[in-house]
Amino acid sequence: MSPRRLLGVVAALGGLALVPVVFPGYRTSLATEMLIFATLAMSIDILAGYTGRTPLCHGAIFGVATYVVLYYVTVMQGSPWVGVLLGVLAATAVAIVFALLAIRTSGVYFLLLTLALGMIVWGVCLRWTSVTGGENGLRGSVRPQWLADPANLYYFMLAAGAIMTLAMWRFVNSPFGLTLKGIRENETRMRTLGYDVSLHLFIGFTVSGFFAGVSGALYAFFNSFVSPSTVGLAQSVEGLLMAIVGGVGTLFGGLIGAALIIGLENVVSAYTERWSLVLGLMFIFTMILAPEGVLGKLSQLTLKRRR
Amino acid sequence: MDRRSFIKAAGTTALASTGPWYLKSGLAQSGPIRIGLLAPLTGVVASGGREMVEAFNFFWDASGKKAGGRDIQVIVEDDASNPDTALQKARRLVEQSNAHFLIGDLLANTGLAVAEYVKGNGTPYFIPIIAADDLTQRSRIPNVVRIAGYSASQMPRPLADYAVKKKKYRKFVTVSQDYAFGHEQCGGFAQLATELGGTVVAQHWNPLSTQDFSPYLAQIQGAAPDAVFAMETGADANRFIQQWANFGMKGKIPLLGAMNATDQSVIRTLGAECEGIVSSAHFCEGDDTPVTRKFVNDYEKAFQKLPSLYGFSMYSGAMWLAEAINAVKGKVEDRAKFLDAVRRIELRNSPLGRPVRLDSYGNPIYDVYIREVKRRADGKFWNVPVEVYPKVSQFWTYQPEQYLKQPAYSRTYQGTKKG
Repeated sequence: MSPRRLLGVVAALGGLALVPVVFPGYRTSLATEMLIFATLAMSIDILAGYTGRTPLCHGAIFGVATYVVLYYVTVMQGSPWVGVLLGVLAATAVAIVFALLAIRTSGVYFLLLTLALGMIVWGVCLRWTSVTGGENGLRGSVRPQWLADPANLYYFMLAAGAIMTLAMWRFVNSPFGLTLKGIRENETRMRTLGYDVSLHLFIGFTVSGFFAGVSGALYAFFNSFVSPSTVGLAQSVEGLLMAIVGGVGTLFGGLIGAALIIGLENVVSAYTERWSLVLGLMFIFTMILAPEGVLGKLSQLTLKRRR
Repeated sequence: MDRRSFIKAAGTTALASTGPWYLKSGLAQSGPIRIGLLAPLTGVVASGGREMVEAFNFFWDASGKKAGGRDIQVIVEDDASNPDTALQKARRLVEQSNAHFLIGDLLANTGLAVAEYVKGNGTPYFIPIIAADDLTQRSRIPNVVRIAGYSASQMPRPLADYAVKKKKYRKFVTVSQDYAFGHEQCGGFAQLATELGGTVVAQHWNPLSTQDFSPYLAQIQGAAPDAVFAMETGADANRFIQQWANFGMKGKIPLLGAMNATDQSVIRTLGAECEGIVSSAHFCEGDDTPVTRKFVNDYEKAFQKLPSLYGFSMYSGAMWLAEAINAVKGKVEDRAKFLDAVRRIELRNSPLGRPVRLDSYGNPIYDVYIREVKRRADGKFWNVPVEVYPKVSQFWTYQPEQYLKQPAYSRTYQGTKKG
């Protein structure tokens, strides 16, 4: 890592650490939510940006972890940390099953297959009333006592988010991550070069699902509530939109996308009930003016300037 | 929220940050009373949500936006028919807009999500529309009160009593939307109907947004029951009633409806096919009581439509709040006193037409009307009273302690007595 980059990361972390001091109360909890969804968006970016497979099932993987944490802690009265562990395991298991089915396809077929798989999870959560609470979902505070304070929760999420971001960054920039990029660019060539494309896709998908699971488990701490809408298609789409608006294939774009979308949702809705219209217009303009996303556009501009 | 109040809110937030965040709403004593109103203005039930806001503001506009000597400021937030959004907006109303209390939400899951949130911080939350039984039963929360609302299984019980005892129906089929609200309403009906000597020969559960009811209607015809109890809401109710008539079953098999099935939100777009459906509810827009008459006329003048469940519930809820605020002389910051005042109110002059008070579980005790859909002189359809069941609580005639021992109604548990 160049010193310049290191400086940037330290500055960003320092800035983020100031949030609870500068924006106490509600806006801290908003920032907490942004951090959680940033992780989800980044996990989606591993597939959408680096592997060239756009998934529509990560909301479901994310939500499975949330469900498991809430069920384990509120219904079975277990410890929250064991709950998080089980939640992440369950989400990873779901990701493994999805991966086995989905890696055979690419392009629009991959999109549709993952959409269908996600809908199955949604259907199960809606119908399996005795466990999931059906439409009404599961409720209950699962946060350990020392995280009850919103500022503490924020710092916890910041630390967790930073660790996961680092892990994901290492993953996509590792030699293995390069093979994923290779698959994105030319699957046939990778195969002729002797790479087991299916296996690489499978691992990429599972790792992506693992990170989505971690963010879902942490979401249970934040939200204290889960219902089928958490595993629904809208959730998957929102995560994907965050990745796209921030810039696919940039990883850190997820952070910007999450901050933009959640921020806009809340700021705009205070002024008009037509907030979804404003959000839609923003997506359209992003696609027209900066199809490579906010971060993608920025790095393109700086590259141009340097040249 | 405009910019000025945003800055003000930010300022108070900054000031209050010296103390624990959840105590800060107790600091500002003067200034307006801020009511956080949550309603689904987008999403699947947006039309109902819109009417909630209209009716709530209708009351405050008429009363000069004042109560207990203080101004009333209503802050509306869209819950998008989504529990996660509802939760986020509730947080925003309490933590950023410093709302003194919350009211609203339409779908049970949005209300349950917000209830869980206020359980943690003690903000009073009022639910005139959310009917989920357990919010005032097995998992009640002291600061969540169902002013001018009802619990799902409460309303169909008088109808079951009426059907078995007065109409001498014995053999029933129920058809209901397949989710908690439907399970609970059907449970209330089925349990009492079987306890009184009736039998429920079949229960059909249709998924939400069913387009085609013909499979159910064919089975109902085959079963040839004395009467059918239908629990449908919104567009499903619309389609069910239309297809019921198209199948030629109207007039052949008596159709009983849950209150939502013949609510104005449904029948205002229907024609003669809805005539004659019998349902039970705590409000009857065609009742002749002067307060009801005046409310319905004013409402129709203001909005060119008859008030629905969303309209009259939110209006009565606002009235209830106004009386409680007057009772504590505007000091809503003292939450315990304010909630106590809310619980003590006996609402006498509301559009419901009859006095209402809360039971000790925070759910109203109503005089419930058995009502029938009739054509009004101008061709519109409305519900007119047939009979009144006085003082119906959410526990009917059961002992509360005894009743709460049975599980909550679900698709698998309907409380029906066999044989």
